[in-house]
Amino acid sequence: MKKEIYLDNSATTRCYPAVADLVSRVMREDYGNPSSMHKKGIEAERYLRTAREIIAGNLKVNEKELYFTSGGTESDNLALIGAALANQRAGKHLITTCIEHPAVLNTMKYLEEQGFRVTYLPVDETGVVRLSDLEEALCEETILVSVMYVNNEIGSRQPVEEIGKLLKNRERPVLFHVDAVQAYGKYRIYPKRLGIDLMSLSGHKIHGPKGIGLLYAGEKVKIRPILFGGGQQKDLRSGTENVPGIAGLGEAVREIYTDFNGKIQRMYELKERFVEGVKELPGTTVNGPSHRDGAPHIVSVSFAGVRSEVLLHALEEKGIYVSAGSACASNHPAVSGTLKAIGVKGELLESTVRFSFSEFTTREEAEECLKALGELLPLLRRFTRH
Amino acid sequence: MFQAFLIKYGEIAIKGKNRYLFEDALVAQIRHALKGVEGSFQVTKEQGRIYVESLEPFDYEETAEALQRVFGIVGICPVVILEDQGFERLAEETVSYIAKRYGDCAKTFKVQARRARKTYPKESMEINAELGGKILERFPGMKVDVHHPELTIYIEIRERIYLYSDVIPGPGGMPVGTNGKSMLLLSGGIDSPVAGYMVAKRGVKIDAVYFHAPPYTSDRARQKVVDLAAKVARYAGPIYLYVVNFTDIQLYIYEKCPHDELTIIMRRYMMRIAEEIGRKTGSLGLITGESIGQVASQTVQSLAATNEVCTMPVFRPLIAFDKEDIVTLSKKIDTYETSIQPFEDCCTIFVAKHPVTKPNLNVIRRSEKNLEEKIDAMVAEAIETAELVVVG
Repeated sequence: MKKEIYLDNSATTRCYPAVADLVSRVMREDYGNPSSMHKKGIEAERYLRTAREIIAGNLKVNEKELYFTSGGTESDNLALIGAALANQRAGKHLITTCIEHPAVLNTMKYLEEQGFRVTYLPVDETGVVRLSDLEEALCEETILVSVMYVNNEIGSRQPVEEIGKLLKNRERPVLFHVDAVQAYGKYRIYPKRLGIDLMSLSGHKIHGPKGIGLLYAGEKVKIRPILFGGGQQKDLRSGTENVPGIAGLGEAVREIYTDFNGKIQRMYELKERFVEGVKELPGTTVNGPSHRDGAPHIVSVSFAGVRSEVLLHALEEKGIYVSAGSACASNHPAVSGTLKAIGVKGELLESTVRFSFSEFTTREEAEECLKALGELLPLLRRFTRH
Repeated sequence: MFQAFLIKYGEIAIKGKNRYLFEDALVAQIRHALKGVEGSFQVTKEQGRIYVESLEPFDYEETAEALQRVFGIVGICPVVILEDQGFERLAEETVSYIAKRYGDCAKTFKVQARRARKTYPKESMEINAELGGKILERFPGMKVDVHHPELTIYIEIRERIYLYSDVIPGPGGMPVGTNGKSMLLLSGGIDSPVAGYMVAKRGVKIDAVYFHAPPYTSDRARQKVVDLAAKVARYAGPIYLYVVNFTDIQLYIYEKCPHDELTIIMRRYMMRIAEEIGRKTGSLGLITGESIGQVASQTVQSLAATNEVCTMPVFRPLIAFDKEDIVTLSKKIDTYETSIQPFEDCCTIFVAKHPVTKPNLNVIRRSEKNLEEKIDAMVAEAIETAELVVVG
């Protein structure tokens, strides 16, 4: 098989072998329902407890504040809809940013239909919200603010700690939700110290299984369920627990935070080298925050005169997998919101590619990708539309 | 309630001495169509009839739908099979069949019996009359009308007795495989799958060729074409799809020829390649989804210019169709939803903003002279490296 260089880790990641083994063992051997009263059930419950312990320890929160979901999207839905409905008597105003993931933006749209008012904060040219804008938007009616930790398209990091402080210092505290799907495993995140009340996480972005996610909800946060059933997970998230997924998530958290500082240091060095190499190529613009202000794993680049989809497939022919920064515009009129929001213009919107790394990405792979870009760009630019 | 289907076929019944060939092809197509259907089916040909019987419980709806996709079938009759336990019993069963199937109905009707087993104690005419009497007794609202009945009760006396009254219309046409083979130029659009369907309906076996231009078109676009071929294969039987890598040829044309002629020249090479692959694999004609005037490359002048490179006949079943009619057909054969998935035109860089609509053959030929150096080798390689995907 041709060698594969996978640079699309913001889309999803390769599962750790230990995670896959554990998931497989739980499915084949310890397949009990944690709600069952017999031994098989108790065995299964033990996996839940272990995962809770690992994750609670990692986030420095109470185990009781963790709810397993089907993924980042469900966590966002539960956090926003659940908290909005439970707190609507205090007000019906919500605040978010215009660069959130669709799981937040479309949930906000739904809440607008349900009679809530939503303010969408702009971002600066590096893709970061300004505190002053947030302060201005806050009002008596505001019950919740939702801001992503790291943007999935350009890797910009939001001032979560400052926002948390600002919200907690208000006379009437406002709930703070953070979509940390792209940040978890890249930063050490302690919700209680950051003033975060609700936080969404996903398994498959941190070398865990797909179909498993997590919502942290602080003990005192009022929230209503959005799924109804057997009353599992303290009635907030009914449905038989996804035991293999949960066990796998716990294992992934343990592993990704092992030798953590070293890994992040290496990823930043890799990113810096990659950005440097990209900048040496003619007609390129690196979007978003420069090196260490942004996340260690995401680099967004616009290539003038090259359609992102064509470049993506050309790289694919060389076994290199990346993601188009925005969809092919002739077919999908909805161009990336984040790129537009940070002021990427016209043609470059259709010429933007996202490279995203993981702890498995090597220096050689980054160099190989740069080399491929160096060869492909002149070739692709020869054939442009007239 | 039904245990079998009687298959009625039209045109093939008149094919004289070749009739058995057509019937055998039809039986083969029926067997193929029923492969994925829940049940275990026996397809038999006897005395000028084809029967589909299930040996175990089967999904009636699904079976009927599968049979409605077999070209050559004009009617599908769901049959109740009865053991011969004497005439009185047959009469009871017939009456209860009508009650179950139509309730207390008040239709005009006739009974049409056919005595294949000549040892049966009653003749056809007797059966008609006596059964008719029993039916009238039970359903006072019904009336006999031997000329234009609303309901015809067919009784066939064979080893067992076959009873049926409904005819579900089939697709018509002729069994695939009875009229040679042709090569379909299949794109991801709406038209070409419909064109393939129409020609297959005339009994032609279909192969297909798809021109793939990575990295300008994606693997999803290719998958879409495979999916479309699979939809057509539901009617046409298994399709051999040849995927030709066309990128180098496209780029070469792009570099050497005037850009407003790109599409025409490209299409000429597509036809040449399709014809060559077709020749090697036993096709006797080409099939395209072209329709006069639909796009720049389908004006009469453009069609003449692309047609010129072929010696095989080119079948263009949609040539005089309006787009809406093509869309209606594509919805009917369930290719529309697949066709409109937005993958194919990421290679729009190859389309000039103002393509020629009235190409002059001499000009086109002169432009193609610019390609002389490498084009034959490139075409040969494209044919050589074409990948075969068997669909359906």
